[in-house]
Amino acid sequence: MQEQEAPAFTEESDIAVTVNGHHYERRVPVRLLLSDFLRHELHLTGTHIGCEHGVCGCFTVLLIGDAVRSCLMLAVQAESMAITTIEGMAGTNSDLHPIQQAFMEKHGLQCGFCTPGIIMSVHAMLHDKPDPTDEEIRHELSGNICRCTGYQNIVEAVKLAAERLRVSQSEMEMD
Amino acid sequence: MKPPRFQYAAPRLLDEALTLLDQYREDVKILAGGQSLVPLLNMRLAGPSYIVDINHISELQYIEPEDGYLAIGATVRQRQVERSALVQEQLPMLVEAVQHIGHMQIRNRGTVVGSIAHADPAAELPALLTCLNGEVLVQSANSERVIKAEEFFTGYLSTALEAGEMLTEVRFPWIPPQAGWAFMEFARRSGDYALVGAAAVLTPALDDRCMVAHIAYLGIAGAPVRAHAVEDVLVGTMLDDATLDSAAEIARTVVSEDMSDVHATTEYRRVLTAELTRRVLKAAWERRQP
Repeated sequence: MQEQEAPAFTEESDIAVTVNGHHYERRVPVRLLLSDFLRHELHLTGTHIGCEHGVCGCFTVLLIGDAVRSCLMLAVQAESMAITTIEGMAGTNSDLHPIQQAFMEKHGLQCGFCTPGIIMSVHAMLHDKPDPTDEEIRHELSGNICRCTGYQNIVEAVKLAAERLRVSQSEMEMD
Repeated sequence: MKPPRFQYAAPRLLDEALTLLDQYREDVKILAGGQSLVPLLNMRLAGPSYIVDINHISELQYIEPEDGYLAIGATVRQRQVERSALVQEQLPMLVEAVQHIGHMQIRNRGTVVGSIAHADPAAELPALLTCLNGEVLVQSANSERVIKAEEFFTGYLSTALEAGEMLTEVRFPWIPPQAGWAFMEFARRSGDYALVGAAAVLTPALDDRCMVAHIAYLGIAGAPVRAHAVEDVLVGTMLDDATLDSAAEIARTVVSEDMSDVHATTEYRRVLTAELTRRVLKAAWERRQP
């Protein structure tokens, strides 16, 4: 094999990421988790930390549109990627996203700790499956644990959100 | 719950990664999807001094049909396989197995090759690879070798990989067009680790008797288990109830003695294994194309 000049190992790295449409550049320790980067460096504390090993789901964010666990990624791995967190869901006038609105109306939350992660998962799910069945909703949300609601109202909220998003989508297509 | 300190490098070429692995041998870990390694770091169950992130190595990003098998490179995510029209059409069993892995958030990051390299005995893909009698391609700075699944998985989270080596490709053999297949598992909750799982491929002969049988299990021993003893009673039969009964009976004995844990006793796993054997064989046989 040809001798290679391998890249050097580092303990810190410069990263540039886009979060909720804003561009950020920071120098971070390589061991910093993406979840801690969002919360401590960018002060976006809407992304919650539960178990910190990928089980509870409340740290779910969108990475280039796909739902991922921000506590199972290093911040340095998000280099030059676009991330959406719960703070990026509401519109510019703080009007709620249709998914958030549906969760409010259907009482899809009680303490609300798990809600940011669930909203992000629902956002990704409805992108893939705009008209999910109850069973599909429960299956797709099985990676998000809620200890208050018993999930019933969460399923109701997702169905309402799906319906409204479908309507607004077809209105957009007619325009 | 934060990772301990480590040194990090993210090479863009496979050769660079192999050079780093060669230099730091025992004290280096490869980071691909991170869905097993990062929790282990967070819980401080793993503490490598060096981490080589392979996500930027574009030459490992491929799903390639080859003569005899489907080749998947080391940076292909499980979700990509799930969404691949090629895999859906030509190896749907792999899609079904992948859909049993964790949750969609996990599959969006987790890689196929990473799951094989991690070798969790309760994981789906090691069991599938064992069932299909697949192979892995292992490379190091100076050499490469191909290892059969049954020789690759050596025990709990243990493989035949040696220091300085990297698993770069997994090879899932094609399933014959007339064969029926099924992948099933018992988990307490959707997305949880399964207590027991089974993968089966049954190929009928022209007289519609079973000509070749493959069955492998997850969660019943320290490594995935291909149950040749179960396969032997199936060959030559038409999978009648009596055959399924004796297959289920033999399957009970394949469960390792020391499988009692907080989730299930060994005896309960034996009961599950027997029932799952019956169901997975039945489902596979019904899917055959005589």
